[in-house]
Amino acid sequence: MAPEIKFTKLFINGQFVDSQSGKTFPVVNPSTGKVICQVSEGDKADIDLAVEAANEAFKLDSTWRTMDASARGRLMEKLAGLMERDMHYLAQLETYNNGKPLKDAVFDIYGAIYALKYYAGWADKIHGQSIPADGNVFVVTRKEPVGVAGQIIPWNFPILMLAWKWGPALATGCTVVMKPAEQTPLTALYMAHLTIEAGFPPGVINVVNGFGATAGAALASHERVQKIAFTGSTAVGKLIMEAAAKSNLKRVSLELGGKSPIVVFPDVDLDKAVQTCHNAVFANMGQCCCAGTRTFVHESIYDQFVEKATELARKRKLGDPFGEVDQGPQVSELQFNRIMALIEAGKKEGAGLKVGGQRHGPEGYFIEPTVFVDVQDDMRIAKEEIFGPVQQIMKFSTMEEVIKRANDTHYGLAAGILTNDINRALTFSQAVNAGTVWVNCFLHVTAQAPFGGFKQSGIGREMGEEGIHSYLEMKTVTISMSKF
Amino acid sequence: MCLKSSPISPVPFRFDPISPPIQKENVDISVVNVARCLVGRCVVANSHFGSVFELQGCFSGILVRDPSFAMIRLLHRAANVKCNINSLVARCMSGAAPSSALPSPQTNPEILYHGIFINNEWHNAASGKTFPVYNPSTGEAIANVQAAEKEDVNKAVKAAQKAFKLGSTWRTMNASQRGNLLNRLADLMERDRVYLASLETLNNGKPYSAAYVADLELSIKCLRYYAGWADKVQGKTIPVDGSFFAYTRHEPVGVCGQIIPWNFPLLMQAWKLGPALATGNTVVMKPAEQTPLTALYVAELIKEAGFPPGVVNIVPGYGPTAGAAIASHMGVDKVAFTGSTEIGHLVMTAAAQSNLKRVTLELGGKSPNIIFKDCDLDHAVETAHFGLFFNQGQCCCAGSRIFVEDAIYDEFVARSVERAKKRNVGNPFDLNVEQGPQVDEDQFKKILALIKTGKKEGAKLLTGGQRYGDRGYFIQPTVFADVTDDMTIAREEIFGPVQQILKFSSMEEIVERANKTIYGLAAAVFTKDLDKAMYLSQGLRAGTVWINCYDVLEAQTPFGGFKMSGIGRELGEYGLQAYTEVKSVIVKVPQKNS
Repeated sequence: MAPEIKFTKLFINGQFVDSQSGKTFPVVNPSTGKVICQVSEGDKADIDLAVEAANEAFKLDSTWRTMDASARGRLMEKLAGLMERDMHYLAQLETYNNGKPLKDAVFDIYGAIYALKYYAGWADKIHGQSIPADGNVFVVTRKEPVGVAGQIIPWNFPILMLAWKWGPALATGCTVVMKPAEQTPLTALYMAHLTIEAGFPPGVINVVNGFGATAGAALASHERVQKIAFTGSTAVGKLIMEAAAKSNLKRVSLELGGKSPIVVFPDVDLDKAVQTCHNAVFANMGQCCCAGTRTFVHESIYDQFVEKATELARKRKLGDPFGEVDQGPQVSELQFNRIMALIEAGKKEGAGLKVGGQRHGPEGYFIEPTVFVDVQDDMRIAKEEIFGPVQQIMKFSTMEEVIKRANDTHYGLAAGILTNDINRALTFSQAVNAGTVWVNCFLHVTAQAPFGGFKQSGIGREMGEEGIHSYLEMKTVTISMSKF
Repeated sequence: MCLKSSPISPVPFRFDPISPPIQKENVDISVVNVARCLVGRCVVANSHFGSVFELQGCFSGILVRDPSFAMIRLLHRAANVKCNINSLVARCMSGAAPSSALPSPQTNPEILYHGIFINNEWHNAASGKTFPVYNPSTGEAIANVQAAEKEDVNKAVKAAQKAFKLGSTWRTMNASQRGNLLNRLADLMERDRVYLASLETLNNGKPYSAAYVADLELSIKCLRYYAGWADKVQGKTIPVDGSFFAYTRHEPVGVCGQIIPWNFPLLMQAWKLGPALATGNTVVMKPAEQTPLTALYVAELIKEAGFPPGVVNIVPGYGPTAGAAIASHMGVDKVAFTGSTEIGHLVMTAAAQSNLKRVTLELGGKSPNIIFKDCDLDHAVETAHFGLFFNQGQCCCAGSRIFVEDAIYDEFVARSVERAKKRNVGNPFDLNVEQGPQVDEDQFKKILALIKTGKKEGAKLLTGGQRYGDRGYFIQPTVFADVTDDMTIAREEIFGPVQQILKFSSMEEIVERANKTIYGLAAAVFTKDLDKAMYLSQGLRAGTVWINCYDVLEAQTPFGGFKMSGIGRELGEYGLQAYTEVKSVIVKVPQKNS
């Protein structure tokens, strides 16, 4: 049953409006490749309007600026409550548009709700300091919202990424102009609608659908946007930062790609380890920036591991994401083609294809769970982000070696180690260049713990207390005092 | 049933601009008004007060005749919006009828719970004893409550210890889920807000309007505030010398004994439960023997919210029996007490003589309120009046020493007397009433005796000084002028509606005089002069300094005393410290790196 599509326009200043150009673009159901609906296509002119609304909402003495911080938190709680109420519909819509299995969509929405609730709690706990400065002065710092925040989010976790962006922005009192991914704008538009019901003042949250090269670029280079937050590929991250640099030096935070290592030592329960590594790469059709796509297995258990991993991949259930399946389609034809090309490259460069490697089914963008063994560090599939259901299993023999190999990448988003040896765990977690290190788990992402990348996997952190910082400006107030 | 008032969905900040402006004389102020405040409900201010407020941001408007009425302060505080008190620019209420009004009180709220609450169940006292609880407006007994003593406290502590055991539901729960439970408790208090405010008024005597607008509002907000902290109590990783990996865990202290007073029964309960539960402790709480009823009702809400059995236990009873048993219990890891300095000494002694349990105390005060001649006089008179008379003068942080600069002393005194004379005393369920009875006969007698002492020692009694009415424990709003520092009424906490106005002439003098007290809970300064404000905010030895305001007690800012006004702080992030133990974990690693 296809969920009803209720909102397809741009959301600016509390209202759904057509784009200035009148243009629309199609949104596709990746399970079938068929068009779901047309949505308004925003570009520079629409971004200008949204930014104006966001600036107006951010004006001194505005409703939003004069509101108690605790009341901002209450609004966010309210929004989270509305998501709980509409969970079923939101999950259906997410699955319809993104292709992820329904149970995964529900999981994502819970994650989004937790993120909003978590940041709701921060709203009135963002403390400046009073400072014992030299001289006869009184010094305090105020942590003020940075202003209008541009936020560009990806298509792999549409609602979750929205919540990760809105949470800290709203808790700190910023206003938002968000561009959802052109592949998956539908849940973002429904969320925009919920913000009215929750009671956010108009202009605080704006959502402009559109393409990166037009709407996204307009946002990143806008003179009146004070901060840009982007989640997506490293290539586009560079463009964003460049646009910020060339325009108004807006603050930049980036969550980009990864090629995250997951290292398996022999002192673990093998079945559990295989399962953890399987989930690390295949979750969400492999479309996770922090996917564990370089599986380093100790030589003493390598062959056993490969057999079990192959078996698990073979058992993975593909099909209609509204059914009882583990895996739906990739998000788009473009992604589908990219992944198939990389699989071909893997085969050509000599990696051993154990299972998968083919399209699944006659329609939609389904790819069989694929396992490569005997993968070498210099192969393309060991270096490039595939963003699909393709597992690379490599062999290692010593800790020293594996640390070096794990770090031999321009990415640094996440890493994992499976071992019950405390020294190995601590040595690796210290040595690996990654923003998140999971020990005996993987992809365990929570609202409380910061997430983000070393090196070219990004700049700044989201989630946790750390996630607030990129939405704040620090103001130092120094007051000279007289003596009596 | 009376308890199930419909849940009110919070719809904050729908800004309804009001138009067109209307003429003041055209406004029917009998039941005016008003405002959609932060939690999304409206408050009626009555004909007693009426001039026009313009409240920006989240109120549609508010019409009040008498800008000095303390309710304004409460409303203002509840909403924390800008309010231009002196603006008489009338803005129409007619086009923007309030969507709901301050709901009428239940003047005879049913008393549902009078037992001892242990393990989410109601128990009778082991001794079989009960004690009477009174309505201070009439002096009549309204309920008999089970009198917990040592044996009952033992039972409660056992339940709390069990709930705190490693591997228990409570200990293994996600921190965010503890926060959800606290939010749920706040939701239930919102649902039953009318009933709770009514019961508070019946048992404590405070005006229903204040109970509803201030006590309930602040209690609910306090619980929500600490709900947010639950999963944000963070330890640190530490770059320790040597090849080690070191980090801290902020763990709950364990079983917390909490002894709360009668002046703000619900609010003090929230202040205590919020940080204790957010950080994962278990609680044995003794409400004041005068006012156990709302605490017991909240116990039932705690169960309804879904807290596991034994996490919160409530043992109504007297200080020397139940209170002493908590303070000296070997199985209680921490005791938090709010009350008099005299009892604070006993609680700390008991902790010292038993198991060195951690102690936090919020005790008495004799807080100075310093008024400079350059202040906004209307605002200062009204706020000083509010700072003393609010809650029948029964605030530990009451501004009970008002120091006024000599140049404006006479005018300040005259206006304060005029204001006190207008103070509306009477049945606390009447929405026009600003002041109800004192909480009990003991307090009533003690205050009247101190008034007598004031007269005897030569202070000038300008208004009040007598009992009000012929039943209940009402006392007339009382103002003393020409009070000097050595008089008893300038040194001792009166805890009643008795205002002392003293005179000062220089900055050097005022710092010394303001600080010349065993107390250090709060202080205030009224001035427009930045230097004076800054200088005094440093010079005053008090846990809270208010500048051009008074009694701003929001969940975000810490509150507590210097000197003999207490130990430790409640509220704010600081309020978490008393409920956590810091554990350093140090792990040897093969080789340390930065």
